[in-house]
Amino acid sequence: MSENNRFANNSEQLSLDDGRRVKVLSPGMMVFKRFIRNKLAIAGIIILVFMFVFSFFGGLLSPYRQDQVFYKVDSANKEYASAVVNTEYRFLTKDGSALSTLVRANFSRVVKDVGDESLAFTADGTEWTITRLGDSFYAIGSAQELATVALLGKAADVKPNAGVELSDDVKNAAIEAVKANQLTFDVEGQGYVLTRGKAKSYTLSTVGEIAIASLLAYDAHSADDAATIGSYAFRRNGELALKSGETQFEADGETFTMEVEDAQNALIYRAGESDTPVATVSNVIVNPVNNGVFLPTDYKSAVAEAIAEKQTAFEYLNADGESEKHTIVMRGNNYIIYTEQQTTLIDMYALPSLAHPLGTDDHGMDVMTRLMYGGRISLMVGFVVMILENLLGIVVGGVSGYFGGWVDTLLMRFVDLFNSIPYYPIMIITGSIMDAFEINPYTRIFLLMAIMGVMGWTGVARVVRGQILSLREQDFMIATEATGIRVSRRIFRHLVPNVMPLLIVQATMGLGSIILTEATLSFLGLGIKYPLASWGSIINAASNIYVMTNFWFIWIPAGILIVLTVLGFNFVGDGLRDAFDPKMKR
Amino acid sequence: MWKFIVRRLSLAVVIIFFGAFIIYGVMRCMPTSFVESLARQRAAASATTGGPTYQEWLTQLNEAYHMNDDVVTGYLNWLGGVARGDFGNSWKYGIPVTEKFNQVIWYSVVLSIITLVLEVVICIPLGIQAARHQYSGFDYGITVFAMLCISLPTFFLATVLKYIFAVKLAWLDLYGIVGRYHEQLSQFGKILDMAQHMILPVLTLAMLSVGGLTRYTRTNMLEVMNADYIRTARAKGLSERVVINRHAFRNTLIPLVSYMSYLLPSLFSGAMITETLFQIPGIGYISYDAMVQGDLPFTMFYSVFLLVLTQLSLMLADIMYAVVDPRVRVN
Repeated sequence: MSENNRFANNSEQLSLDDGRRVKVLSPGMMVFKRFIRNKLAIAGIIILVFMFVFSFFGGLLSPYRQDQVFYKVDSANKEYASAVVNTEYRFLTKDGSALSTLVRANFSRVVKDVGDESLAFTADGTEWTITRLGDSFYAIGSAQELATVALLGKAADVKPNAGVELSDDVKNAAIEAVKANQLTFDVEGQGYVLTRGKAKSYTLSTVGEIAIASLLAYDAHSADDAATIGSYAFRRNGELALKSGETQFEADGETFTMEVEDAQNALIYRAGESDTPVATVSNVIVNPVNNGVFLPTDYKSAVAEAIAEKQTAFEYLNADGESEKHTIVMRGNNYIIYTEQQTTLIDMYALPSLAHPLGTDDHGMDVMTRLMYGGRISLMVGFVVMILENLLGIVVGGVSGYFGGWVDTLLMRFVDLFNSIPYYPIMIITGSIMDAFEINPYTRIFLLMAIMGVMGWTGVARVVRGQILSLREQDFMIATEATGIRVSRRIFRHLVPNVMPLLIVQATMGLGSIILTEATLSFLGLGIKYPLASWGSIINAASNIYVMTNFWFIWIPAGILIVLTVLGFNFVGDGLRDAFDPKMKR
Repeated sequence: MWKFIVRRLSLAVVIIFFGAFIIYGVMRCMPTSFVESLARQRAAASATTGGPTYQEWLTQLNEAYHMNDDVVTGYLNWLGGVARGDFGNSWKYGIPVTEKFNQVIWYSVVLSIITLVLEVVICIPLGIQAARHQYSGFDYGITVFAMLCISLPTFFLATVLKYIFAVKLAWLDLYGIVGRYHEQLSQFGKILDMAQHMILPVLTLAMLSVGGLTRYTRTNMLEVMNADYIRTARAKGLSERVVINRHAFRNTLIPLVSYMSYLLPSLFSGAMITETLFQIPGIGYISYDAMVQGDLPFTMFYSVFLLVLTQLSLMLADIMYAVVDPRVRVN
């Protein structure tokens, strides 16, 4: 009908054999025209173009790398510091003196038993004296034997030990003390002790203060002051002042002032510098939970204050002037202080957002970007395996079909053998072998492609052989023989091109199934490995039930991409088949 | 005909022999073999009591499992056992391979048979309808649906079905063949329980295979519909229903039956990925586990089983081709 109308409207009459009237199309053009008339095939082409653009250009446009890990800052209530109210005496020895643990233990025992008296005890074979300097504050002295004082009737004689020289003042004082039955005396500020020995003789010893014991802990405000507060004079004078209620003391030629909160807590300043304290004195010991965290003195005094007032939470102004909320939890004899802390975490399973349109996966990587790079690998594997299969198949099938006879039988039995080897068992075993050798993920892709190619070429070989068996009987082959074209040329220039249309159709359909196979292997963890991605390995995340049920955005898009791509290849393959051979069209 | 079958059989034997050898060789390449991991376990277990070290265990176990033989000797030994009907004990399961196979194969067979029935029930009417209304919207819909089914990756479909029916709707269990209270159910209840657990695997397998059979039916139906005798039937004035049901469909059955017979052996091969994903203890899942852990006797048995099935399929296809269409002469 339409033909008639067209010619009826055409004013110019053309003769039947006019070249302009009969429109001749080249065979390729005819295939193309038939192809583009197929709606499904066009849909397939559109899908495939989208996939290629998505995979190959998307990766370029994406602001992220495929293995870029994202982090997020989150605040969590974490253990920040621990505090304990000190009940153990802490000792500070004078330079050059030492206090053995036995002495320390004895001291603690004696002090606990007797309380606030000055007394002496023996340990390590030496006489020790305890001098009470204040509340829970003692000086420990060790007695050093100097001489023996013998009492002979009314007279007394001081016999110095070997190598000891005693001044006459000391001797006289000692004799007087013995007579007055005093056991301690002072000469020029130096204390001496007399110990009653056997048979009216006394041992004269000096009392040398070698250590102080206190329940208070000192914290330097800055590292520079660590030496200052470690000084014996500083500690001794400071604590004396604190215990006696004074607010000023001197040590090592410097004057310090004290801001006393109670008998246990105080801040010590250098005289005239009232803004930054030198040290904090407290009976509460505060330690950071993590190494490398420096707790400022004002923080420690805030903790001590809160504990003293039995509070469970307190506010603290940090170095940036922000108010931090800290909570105190009692655990055993310790106080654990919690605070909201900013921590950097890997941004796992982030929900879709503008920055990450499909969220992030279990490694904190952008799912969208990984889909793009994964698409590259999936498509690349598909094409390389397809080309490999076709090269092997065309050569074996071509040779087999052309020569026939025993060559054909041998090659075809070989094809049968390869065809019967169960596919998945072999892929699983080789996958485990590659796992065991810990092959690098990049090399692994190539090995995977090679194995898939070797396992898949038999189909192509059969098709090529079958076609060539019938084609070689045709006249044009007799012509090639007559013109003396050599055999390899006859097979690959004259026979194989005739099989091409069929091969193209099969290859297009095959691409889809190769992509499916690769995805399945990657899903089973036998294909593409981290840090590389393929669509299959992205869906692998769903084998974790937690991910499957909660984070659909990680695995569903990858599955949809696989389905669409394979569908695209199938549509195009179907369209090509119809276009190449309209007689087959159903 | 008999000559052909004998020749085909002898070829099958040769192929099975070499195919099994290739698999045996590849299995032996696995460096972290089953034996090594067993030796490591035992050495760790006996380390505290001063038992044998890893090396000693390894030597002993290698001896016990005949892993010291080279590949060819090992293969021939294995083959010798098979000739006497002894496939050996499964390393992983600790019982004779054939016994384990007997325990699990029926799950796979039942799964496959239900799937096949469902597939036939769905595909043949769809294919026929599509062919009757060629190029209609319905036909396009069927084509797209069939293509979609072919394009679905098994694991994705299974995961989506699990997500919808087990997680979101919570109608069915996520995996397993029996429910939590299986032992307390009555005999009939047990069967129902297992049937319920088969729903998702069957649905998965059916959807995957529906595409191929629908298209096959449609193609063959179209071929028949274009035949002269259909035109004759219509010219006689027969009703469309009679034309389709009596004349066209019966002739379509011929290629369909031969296609089905080709599928028969594959009923026994198990659906490895589907079974693994749903943890149905069929031959596919069990042998997947065995393969991953390097259980050589079980893997060998399963592979040879598959090799035999493939050869059977091919032979059946050749024979059925001749049986169904008497014009084909096998020579």
